[in-house]
Amino acid sequence: MNTSREQPAIVIEGLTKSFGDLQVLRGVDLEVADHEVICLIGASGSGKSTLLRCVNLIEPIDAGRIVVEGDEITAQGIDVNAIRRRIGIVFQSFNLFPHMSVLRNITLAPTKVVGTSASQAEVEARELLDRFGLADKAEEYPDRLSGGQQQRVAIMRALAMKPDIMLLDEVTSALDPELVAEVLDVIRELAAAGMTMLIATHEMGFARDIATRVCFLDDGVIAEQGPPEQIFEDPQQERTGQFLARIVAAGRM
Amino acid sequence: MGGGDGSRSVWVAIASTVIFFAVVILAVVNSPGWSSPGGVKEQFFNREIFEESLPKILDGFWLNVRIFLIAEVLVLVLALVLAVMRSLPGPVFAPLRLLAVSYSILFRGVPTILVIFILGFGMPALELQGVPNSDVFWAIIALTLVYSAYVAEVYRAGIESIHPSQTAAARSLGLGRGQAMRYVVLPQAIKRVLPPLLNDFIGLQKDSALVAVLGVTEGLRQAQITQATFFNFTPYVSLALVYVMITIPQVLFVDWLIKRDQRRQQAGGAA
Repeated sequence: MNTSREQPAIVIEGLTKSFGDLQVLRGVDLEVADHEVICLIGASGSGKSTLLRCVNLIEPIDAGRIVVEGDEITAQGIDVNAIRRRIGIVFQSFNLFPHMSVLRNITLAPTKVVGTSASQAEVEARELLDRFGLADKAEEYPDRLSGGQQQRVAIMRALAMKPDIMLLDEVTSALDPELVAEVLDVIRELAAAGMTMLIATHEMGFARDIATRVCFLDDGVIAEQGPPEQIFEDPQQERTGQFLARIVAAGRM
Repeated sequence: MGGGDGSRSVWVAIASTVIFFAVVILAVVNSPGWSSPGGVKEQFFNREIFEESLPKILDGFWLNVRIFLIAEVLVLVLALVLAVMRSLPGPVFAPLRLLAVSYSILFRGVPTILVIFILGFGMPALELQGVPNSDVFWAIIALTLVYSAYVAEVYRAGIESIHPSQTAAARSLGLGRGQAMRYVVLPQAIKRVLPPLLNDFIGLQKDSALVAVLGVTEGLRQAQITQATFFNFTPYVSLALVYVMITIPQVLFVDWLIKRDQRRQQAGGAA
C-alpha cells in the first residue's frame, strides 16, 4: 500500500513492445487512478492482452516505462515477485493448476510467497469461496468444474494475494455464453468494492456498464479514450466508430 | 458386430484364448526335443534343480535388490538436477545447460557394461585415500550415472510438456522461478512421465545383473555357479522368472497410480 493518496495506481508512458518484426504496442500512454475501472476494447491483435501482460511483467517491454503506485516496475533490478504480489492477473484460459484442489489453488501463493500460515490461508480462501458462491467446491479439482466456475476460482486465486490492482485479460472469451454472466457478476462486485481494474474485454455491454473509462486500442496505440457514454454513443475518431459498427453488425452489442 | 452384445464377445474372447494357448502348449510339449532325455524340459525346466537352486539365487538376488533400490533413489535425484539444469533460461546458465547436455550424450552413448568396468575395476585399483574400494559401491555409482542420463531426458520431456501458461500463472501470483517449477510444473510433469520412468527403472533393475562382471556374487553370478554345478540351465530360467516376478507388481502399481489420479482430477467418481 502506498501512503500518498494522489498518486495514480498505474502510469504507462511510451510503452512499446514487439514480437520479432511485429510491433504490437507502438507507444501507449495511460494513467489509471485508484479505484478506476478501465476497459480496453479493440480488435483481436490490437495489443490489449500484450498491454496487460506487460503491466504484470510477464512480457519484458522494449521501451517506455510503467510506474505502479509510485514505483517504476520496468526499472533495472526490480524485485519482480514483489511487484506481482500487488498486481493480480486473470487469463482468458483460466490456467488453474489441474493437480491441486480448488482450495490449494487459492492458498498456494499466500503460503509460499507471503508466508501466511496454512490455516490462516485456508480460512481466507474459504471466505473468498463463500463470498463468490463456490464454498461447496473447495475440495474439487479444476477439471471437474464448469468454465465459469474455473474462471471464478482463478479470480479468487488472484484475490487471495490481496492485490491493489487487478488485470483481467478477456476473462469471458473462452466461456460458453450462459456462463459469462456469473463471471461478470464477480467482476461487478469487485468494482463495487473499489478494486482498481484494467480489463481487456469483448463484452461491450459489460464495458459500458462497469467502466469508469473506456480505451479503444487500435494498431498498438490508444486511439481514443473517454467515459463509456462518449465512446459508445459519440466516438470522436473514425476508426472507433468503424470498430463499434463491426461489433454491432456481429450482434455483440 | 452390432453394439450391445458385450457378454457374447467376452465369451468368444475367452474361448479363443483358451483354444489358442492349448494348441501352442500341446505343440511345444509334444515336439521331439521337449521331453526326450537331455531335452528342453530337462535342461531348462527341471523341477528338482529349480527347487535346489532357487534359494541360492534369491540370496544372490537380494544384493541386486539393494543395488538397484539405492541406485533408483540416486537416479531420481541426479536426473532431476540434470533436467532442471537443462531447463534454466538465459545466457548466464549456458555453461550449466551445456554440462547437462554433454552429460546426457556421454552416458547414453557409452555402454553400461563399459562404465561398470571403468569404475568397478578402475576406481578401487587407484587405491586413493578416501575413495571407497568396494566394487558394489562403484557398481551402484556406474548404474546411477548411466540411468540418470536416460531419466533426465524423461523428466525433461515431462517438464516441456507442461504448457508455459502454467508457469506464467504461477509467476503472475508472485511465485519465483524455482517455486513455480517445484509446486506447479514438476508435480504435473512427473505424473505425466510415470510410465516411461518405470520403463527406465525396469531397465536399471535388469542391468543390475551386469554387476556380475565384477565378480560380485549377485543373482546372475549365483545362477552361473549353480548352472556349472548341475550342468543344467534351469537356474538361469529361475533367475529370469524372478526378474519377471518383480516387474509385475511395479507395472500394476503404476497403472493403479495413474488411474487413481485420473479419478481424482477428472469428472465422475465420488466428490
